[in-house]
Amino acid sequence: MKSADVIVIGGGVVGTAIAYGLVSRAAKVIVLDGGDGDLRASRVNFGLVWVQTKGLGFPPYQAWSRRSADLWPALEADLADRTGISPQLEQKGGVVYCLDDHEMEERRTTLLRMHNQMEAGTYEARMIDRRELEGLMPGVPFGPEVVGASFSPHDGACDPLSLLRALHAGIAAKGGSIRPGETVQELKRDGTGFVIVTAKGTYHAARIVIAAGHGSVALAKQVGIHAPLVPERGQILVTERLAPMSLLAASGVRQTRDGTILIGVTNDSVGFNIDASAGAAARLAHRATRILPALRMARLVRTWAGLRVLTPDKAPLYAQSDTHPGAFCVNCHSGVTLAAVHSQDIAEAVLKGALPESVAPFHPRRFKEAGHVPEAA
Amino acid sequence: MFQRLPDTATAADFTVEVDGTTCAARAGDTVAAVLLMAGDGPMRRSVVSGAPRAAYCMMGVCFECLVEVDGLPSQQGCLVQVRPGMRIKRQNGRPEIAP
Amino acid sequence: MTESFDLAVVGAGPAGLAAAIRSSALGLKTVVVDEQPAPGGQIYRAVEATSRSPRAAALGPDYLRGRELVERFRASGAHYQPSTQVWQIEPSWSLFASTAASTHVVSARHLLLAVGATERPVPFSGWTLPGVMTVGAAQIMLKTSFMVPKPPFWIAGQGPLVLLYATQLLDAGIRPDGLLLTTPKGAIGRALGHVGGALSGWRYLRKGLAMMRRLKRSGVPILSDVEGIEAIGGERLERVSYRRAGVTQNVAASTLLVHEGVVPSTHMSLALGAAHDWDDATLCMKPRLDDWGKASLPGLSIAGDCGGIGGAEAAAVQGEIAAIGAAQALDKLDDAAAQRDALPLRKALAAHLAIRPFLDAIYRPRAAIRTPDDNVIVCRCEERTAKDVRDAVASGCIGPAQVKSFTRAGMGPCQGRQCALTLTELIASARGVSPAEAGYLRIRPPLKPVTIGELAALDEASAKEPA
Repeated sequence: MKSADVIVIGGGVVGTAIAYGLVSRAAKVIVLDGGDGDLRASRVNFGLVWVQTKGLGFPPYQAWSRRSADLWPALEADLADRTGISPQLEQKGGVVYCLDDHEMEERRTTLLRMHNQMEAGTYEARMIDRRELEGLMPGVPFGPEVVGASFSPHDGACDPLSLLRALHAGIAAKGGSIRPGETVQELKRDGTGFVIVTAKGTYHAARIVIAAGHGSVALAKQVGIHAPLVPERGQILVTERLAPMSLLAASGVRQTRDGTILIGVTNDSVGFNIDASAGAAARLAHRATRILPALRMARLVRTWAGLRVLTPDKAPLYAQSDTHPGAFCVNCHSGVTLAAVHSQDIAEAVLKGALPESVAPFHPRRFKEAGHVPEAA
Repeated sequence: MFQRLPDTATAADFTVEVDGTTCAARAGDTVAAVLLMAGDGPMRRSVVSGAPRAAYCMMGVCFECLVEVDGLPSQQGCLVQVRPGMRIKRQNGRPEIAP
Repeated sequence: MTESFDLAVVGAGPAGLAAAIRSSALGLKTVVVDEQPAPGGQIYRAVEATSRSPRAAALGPDYLRGRELVERFRASGAHYQPSTQVWQIEPSWSLFASTAASTHVVSARHLLLAVGATERPVPFSGWTLPGVMTVGAAQIMLKTSFMVPKPPFWIAGQGPLVLLYATQLLDAGIRPDGLLLTTPKGAIGRALGHVGGALSGWRYLRKGLAMMRRLKRSGVPILSDVEGIEAIGGERLERVSYRRAGVTQNVAASTLLVHEGVVPSTHMSLALGAAHDWDDATLCMKPRLDDWGKASLPGLSIAGDCGGIGGAEAAAVQGEIAAIGAAQALDKLDDAAAQRDALPLRKALAAHLAIRPFLDAIYRPRAAIRTPDDNVIVCRCEERTAKDVRDAVASGCIGPAQVKSFTRAGMGPCQGRQCALTLTELIASARGVSPAEAGYLRIRPPLKPVTIGELAALDEASAKEPA
């Protein structure tokens, strides 16, 4: 039987960010990861470090996302330094394109609501017109329908696969252990903590963190945590590598450092289906060519779909068990944005044995409270 | 790299343009075949490292013969039939789509 | 606009053509969709145009026989969409097909994949240099354009295609500078277990031996039991290095043609989610099929080399059997009639396939090709080496999906066509498990790289269609 201070169940970007924070605080950590064919939302992601659209009607989520974005440069530097693998963070600001006056108006209204719900001066997104957009991205041939955008200086993007690789390497470099192909079969409490059984071994730790994406639902139940997660399919298109254009991060179209253009993302409630559909690809392509008509010539190399790990209000879920002290559950669909706070605040909290007040609003009890169904911006 | 066997013409001979140079072609040839006949050097430079590359499979499964044809980038040359006056350009690295 | 059919056949090689002829005769409204501009697939490529040339005889009687099949197809009444690439298929069935940069949808009740074979990837040091090509590629050049390599050129590898192509060159008056045969000494011993099949396939054997004798008499240098092939050069191939009986030599070459057999083209069938198994005898993935060619998904059949390598004549017979099976599945033929019609075909098929186990055993590629040395590029598109893959496994990636995420191997335009087999074998070898356990790359659409503009136009078109 192998022992650790903390066992993290789930080797995706949520689990490994927490594990990295734990090993950085000298904890002995084992990460148990599932099979090669598991859903793995961390592999199907757009890579945004994104603040401006988070938490409309749920101010703590906006504040939490902003805090993580502010901490991200330190995470980038730390990982690049320790592992030689850079997550390729670019945080020069991000835009949400508007393709007609109606979209501009809607976005403007949303921004106003966000400003009003947050402490004065803490929400820094603003509307920009076409001229200012062109000034921010010189030489980019925007389509005639692009009338403007909302811009936030705190938004950006990274390469999610490099982030995951860096976190894995960082955990290993500090003596942590990541064990692949070890789906949890049994999880039970013993006197001093928890015993976990997989097909390959038995593990013991005083604390466990359940960060297993959709797999968390069943596991959380075993420790008395209700995690009402729903799958929402998101499809992304990737083009061949193209010469660099000075595109800022955006939620619909962005260019990676390798030169590929990512186009996304759909939102389909289709259960656990991860088929990429031609219809969705066509819809995504259509909007992308309205933003950037030059994309018409670019070749689509691959498209894939993944399942967002969503709560009913789309904001994260942080819980610690009342019935099984030492068991934590962490789920969100924005694991890239929140990687920084996960490696700091959450890792710290797991070691202390108590989640901080700042994440109290994210407890799943909020789903049982009547009338509380906040939206996403 | 390749040459045409004599006395094999069953269709019209004509010319196409490769990087501005006039080259021989025949109805039924693919763009990749014409490039292999036109010269010995690389057909393109890799989008990852700039390494020299040329056609490998001639049947559309290796994606090495990517060329610009009549202004359209990244065409698989082995799947495009030549036409008289076609303008073919070799691609060096990542294609530009923005002017 | 979507046109509907009873049977959609993807691929106009011998399996697809024979299937369409039979299905049309059975009253199924049939369409054949193919990416080439003329029928014939790869084996009978350009046969209509080429057979008119005075030089056609150089390509041999087997090739020219394809002309008759193509003529019967043209007369069959089946619909035909050439120069058309299928880039996605949705159940059951909508084929998204691209012709002249515009996508249309083909709808069918039953789908037959007859997409043939591709060359096994042959990774070795320098294989990405301009001037290194497959024997199949050179044969396509010969068939469609009557082009041959300029000297000095060498051929390296093993298998029936090597002998066939070399013989076709001799018939065209061209001699390669040398032939490097990579069949290891003692291969015949390995194949002896299958000699029964070889004897009943004696016609194939006789053809192969005759070709070998001609090559030996031609004076072309033939070296056997060759390994360690490397391509050397800067901007292009300049020299070929090889090892024989422990001695390394190198020769000048501007073209090197390589071949280590063909494997089923499984991209489409994998993308559909049909069940496949790793076949250790042929070291590749094969779809799971019943004796009607029906795959594990309803309404899907597979025929010809893409279901398992058997050659052109076997492919044509399998196409016919699959057409009968499809007709029966669509209730155009009752079970008794289907069995009766298929009986003589099954006998013919068994005869054509008898030689295969023997050939598979003799021509089994060496381990160095399947699990190359560290410095060899295995993913050509993304330039990842065998070492990158081994390192990914060492850092915890247990299968191709994770190796792909961590190394980008398999993410380029070819979408794993040139690297998936090597990835599976490298992962299996590094982990000490079977290739079946290591798993295979997950194949996703688009099956061919359509442009964003073509996709966008599809959205506009479907927005205009009445609900």
